[in-house]
Amino acid sequence: MVSTASEIKLSVKDLSIRYGDHVALEGASFDVRENEIFGIIGPANSGKTSFIRAINRMDEMTPGMKVHGSIEFNGKPVETWRNLYALRSRIGVVFPLPVGLPMSIFENVAFAAKLRGVKGKDALGEVVERCLRRAALWDEVKDRLDSLGSLLSGGQQQRLTIARALSQEPELLLLDEFSIAVDPVTTMRIEEVLKELKQEMTIVLVTNLTQQAQRLADRTAFFLEGQVVEVGETKAMFKGQTKDPRTTHYIEGRFG
Amino acid sequence: MTNETEDPVASAARLVSGGDRVADSAPGDQGGDQGGALFTATTLDRKNARTERGYHSLFLLMSIVLILPVVAILGLLIVRGGPAFSWEFFTEAPRAQFTEGGIFPALVGTLWLVVVALLASVPLGVAAAIYLSEYAKDNALTRLINLAIINLAGVPSIVHALFGLGAFVLFFDFGTSILAASLTLAIMTLPVVIVSTRETLQAVPQSFRMACWSLGATRWQTIRKVVLPNSVSGILTGVILEVSRTVGETAPVMFTGAVLFTPFLPQGVLDETMAMSLHLYMIATVIPDVPPEVPYGVALSLILMVLVLNSASIGFRVYLRGKKKW
Repeated sequence: MVSTASEIKLSVKDLSIRYGDHVALEGASFDVRENEIFGIIGPANSGKTSFIRAINRMDEMTPGMKVHGSIEFNGKPVETWRNLYALRSRIGVVFPLPVGLPMSIFENVAFAAKLRGVKGKDALGEVVERCLRRAALWDEVKDRLDSLGSLLSGGQQQRLTIARALSQEPELLLLDEFSIAVDPVTTMRIEEVLKELKQEMTIVLVTNLTQQAQRLADRTAFFLEGQVVEVGETKAMFKGQTKDPRTTHYIEGRFG
Repeated sequence: MTNETEDPVASAARLVSGGDRVADSAPGDQGGDQGGALFTATTLDRKNARTERGYHSLFLLMSIVLILPVVAILGLLIVRGGPAFSWEFFTEAPRAQFTEGGIFPALVGTLWLVVVALLASVPLGVAAAIYLSEYAKDNALTRLINLAIINLAGVPSIVHALFGLGAFVLFFDFGTSILAASLTLAIMTLPVVIVSTRETLQAVPQSFRMACWSLGATRWQTIRKVVLPNSVSGILTGVILEVSRTVGETAPVMFTGAVLFTPFLPQGVLDETMAMSLHLYMIATVIPDVPPEVPYGVALSLILMVLVLNSASIGFRVYLRGKKKW
């Protein structure tokens, strides 16, 4: 790594995650740089989602989940943050299965803004419109912001959760297979937005679609069975310049 | 209804016919233009339909059996106790050794007891349930609290009565009063409120909490904005159960606050009062020469009172459920 300390958003050091006897991730060490899109690819059960959960300290509320080693967020290990709410408010997360909170579309997106003290219908409305536009949902819901978020279709709910994560104005955006319920056209629109967003924030993108990592990620990590096989520049990796043949096999679909 | 016992032959036949169905349906599936015309019920289909009808009838029958006692009790009370009802019955105090007059002081007294008991037990019970459902980690303290709740639920009401006498009437020196009786009732019904509220809170999907927490909301913000608004109707169910039990209990109020007869209505929580349950117990077992329709009339009034109190909260619950959001 040639980057200096100030440019490093996340620094993962010898990270291991266990659920009881099951090892989800073992000995992971890498850095995520400021304002990059960091892709994580790998087959199911390779520790991708566990890694996401460890970053915003979901282990605190997941029975049996134990995290060893350290993840430094802005140079400060997340396990030493006393105020987890402050930590989580700086990190936006989009889960693979969308969860529209049981409140109106407007309230869903205004919720995080209210938590950080934004008041007034106009100010909140401005946040809601900006975030919904970015999540490519505004045109579909602008006339029914008062209807329930949980009544939207699966793909719309997924974009709602993206809008909600953006409404936190996070420093770090964690996307866990965001496109799983979204149609290809909308996925493309959101991907364009993500490319713009990386001016403002750091994005960690977990994806099952290796093509998506190729399109978006500056650098990519390949997770396999709880090991980080390698981390490298995405372009080089997809040209076949990999350190480990398994990475190439996975990317080219010649796996197992 | 005998279909649930399955002999090996029938079981084998089912397997075979199941296999046949797959084979039969395959050509039909290919030719979409033939539509459903080719569909014929196999042995398995018919057997399944028969079993389905059997279980349907079984469960319907059980539900009907369940409501029979309710209908029988209500019917008996209306036939035997109806004649006791009059304007005077509900608006006057008993006279002439309980052989004349009405139940007004007991009616008012029971309302006092229920309302004060609810004021004590609902905030306490809901707060305890929120702690247990939303904050408590699985540790020794939590297990101790849960054990205490289970044991509290198992204590007979006469023991609660003696506890109330010792603790509230004598130790805290409330005397025999509405306060002492209601607190005794509150302690007795706390497990109902706690357990039903906790169940309701835990029925709110965990994914809502996860989503809320990941936005940076504290536990309390999550509870207030997401968990509680979606569980109010369930909490009310617990309260309804509590009301029904509180209205009917005799033993706990007998030693702590209810008296056989007082011509005065309670003016505050430190007064003694008459209560419907004790009144019924006394005129049915102890007082001589009470006209036979009067105890039935009191019993019917007691049930009507529960129904009125419950239908108010049921109405409120229906209104809230209409606004339920997932």
